[in-house]
Amino acid sequence: MKTEHADVIIVGAGIVGNAAAYYLTKAGMRCIVLEEEMIGHGGSSRNGGGVRQSGRDPREFALAAYAVKNIWPTLSEELGVDVEYRQNGYLVFGYNEEQDKSISVRIETAASFGVHMEMKRGADLKEICPYVSDHVVCAGWTPSDGVSNPMRTTLGYYIRARELGARFITGEKAIKINKIKGAARQVVTARGNVYEGDKIIVAAGYHGKFLLETVGIVVPMQKKLNEMIVTEPAPRLFEYMVGGMSGFYGQQTKHGSLIFGCPSGREYTFHELKNPVSTSVTASFICESLGIDLPILKQLKVVRAWSGWVDISLDGVPVIGAVEEVPGLLVAIASTGHGYGPGPAVGYTLAQLAMDQPSPVDITKLHFDRFDYGKKQPRYQSASSGGALLR
Amino acid sequence: MAEYMDRSKDIGPYVPQADDDRIVCRCEEITKGEIRQAVHMGLWTMTEVKRMLRCGMGLCQGQTCTKNIKRIIATELGVALGQLEEPSVRPPVRPVEVGVFGNEVESL
Ligand SMILES: Cc1cc2nc3c(=O)[nH]c(=O)nc-3n(C[C@H](O)[C@H](O)[C@H](O)COP(=O)(O)OP(=O)(O)OC[C@H]3O[C@@H](n4cnc5c(N)ncnc54)[C@H](O)[C@@H]3O)c2cc1C
Repeated sequence: MKTEHADVIIVGAGIVGNAAAYYLTKAGMRCIVLEEEMIGHGGSSRNGGGVRQSGRDPREFALAAYAVKNIWPTLSEELGVDVEYRQNGYLVFGYNEEQDKSISVRIETAASFGVHMEMKRGADLKEICPYVSDHVVCAGWTPSDGVSNPMRTTLGYYIRARELGARFITGEKAIKINKIKGAARQVVTARGNVYEGDKIIVAAGYHGKFLLETVGIVVPMQKKLNEMIVTEPAPRLFEYMVGGMSGFYGQQTKHGSLIFGCPSGREYTFHELKNPVSTSVTASFICESLGIDLPILKQLKVVRAWSGWVDISLDGVPVIGAVEEVPGLLVAIASTGHGYGPGPAVGYTLAQLAMDQPSPVDITKLHFDRFDYGKKQPRYQSASSGGALLR
Repeated sequence: MAEYMDRSKDIGPYVPQADDDRIVCRCEEITKGEIRQAVHMGLWTMTEVKRMLRCGMGLCQGQTCTKNIKRIIATELGVALGQLEEPSVRPPVRPVEVGVFGNEVESL
């Protein structure tokens, strides 16, 4: 048992924790990152690599757009690791009139944030994607969205932060936050070690919920299993991200393999497991969706399936920023299945806040206090409304 | 919970070796030298190395190279083989076509 000190203690070595550690260390702050498993154990290394703004809720749109505008384009250079970012657009398929309308709403939201998105049909659609079947009747096209490699991005932030002097300790599970004189100051781990700092950042995905509860902060959220498949490498088919209003999403990676995910309708039934598993059903659902929309992919061989947990917020957007009730505590939790694209901006924002600097984008609608029933009545959206919230 | 590792611990410098250009993962053509260098960048688990370099991620899913990769990483870190956990084995056992996999939905 020992006590160690730093300016900032970060819990969770996912994209958010690693990015925060990088930006803090770069600014001359000392930080320690505690990770229960290994670097990038959570969703950050298991996701589809979609870097999207379109389809995002207005409350979090600016954050996603900030990452796309200011961080992603130069990230490989900055980290010295090729994160395989390609800003070649995102094409989302619609299958009926209702989805046509939903895509039109997305187009309006995007426009209100200065992001161009347009509807594609018929020959226009075929020009972008010659492989679509007749099942697809329209598609939303957002040229400034894109894809990248989640494994390399998450590890890239770690490698650079570590090189600059951030301390990372893996196999160190945080179990309790201690307040001193009313402010969060210490993180206690399962091994009995104590880490003390002026600020504590909790970026631990779903399991961060239990840590926050030790200081009375209860984030209304649930845990959901997301699964993906990867194929053998194929000749180049498309350079943009592809998705369907049915909930499937994916990309052809720089390597040439195709990675795709899709809900199976059973993903809320695996709550009790600690580590995510690949179920016997979801890969089939993913392949079925792919075969219907993009029949050319039917001949490709699937080499692996995998899964990860997503932390679904009760009102559809994450909880990010300082927690008023507990001075010194900063959080990024409940990223609701699409926290990878904005991840670099979330890490940067938390780093700024930890240094008592203003947030680079307005995140007030993402603050924890929206759940303070005494102050206001939050309007809940159903978290189980399916694929639309994800990716 | 995983084994405790302080990632700032000094493991010594990367020293080039004569057989660094030997290919270890044949599917993805990853060399011994690349794996050794990844360890010196701070990637201390088999899964982290795999996720960065793609070794063991190809068609055979590491069936040929996993043991060799394990030995290289363990030697570089100066730990016993048993201390390194191998990456998860996931379905399918053999590559299966998207069309064939998708057909299964009807019977679900
Ligand atoms: C299959 C799948 C596909 C997805 N597709 C996309 C996509 O295309 N685009 C997109 O934007 N998003 C996508 N997402 C969501 C995205 O991956 C997550 O929102 C994002 O990675 C969250 O990052 P994070 O850093 O907040 O958390 P995580 O990556 O979950 O990291 C949290 C870390 O904290 C650690 N931890 C937990 N508890 C403790 C503790 N008590 N002590 C110490 N450490 C702890 C965990 O082990 C983990 O390493 C997808 C997710 C999945 C699973």
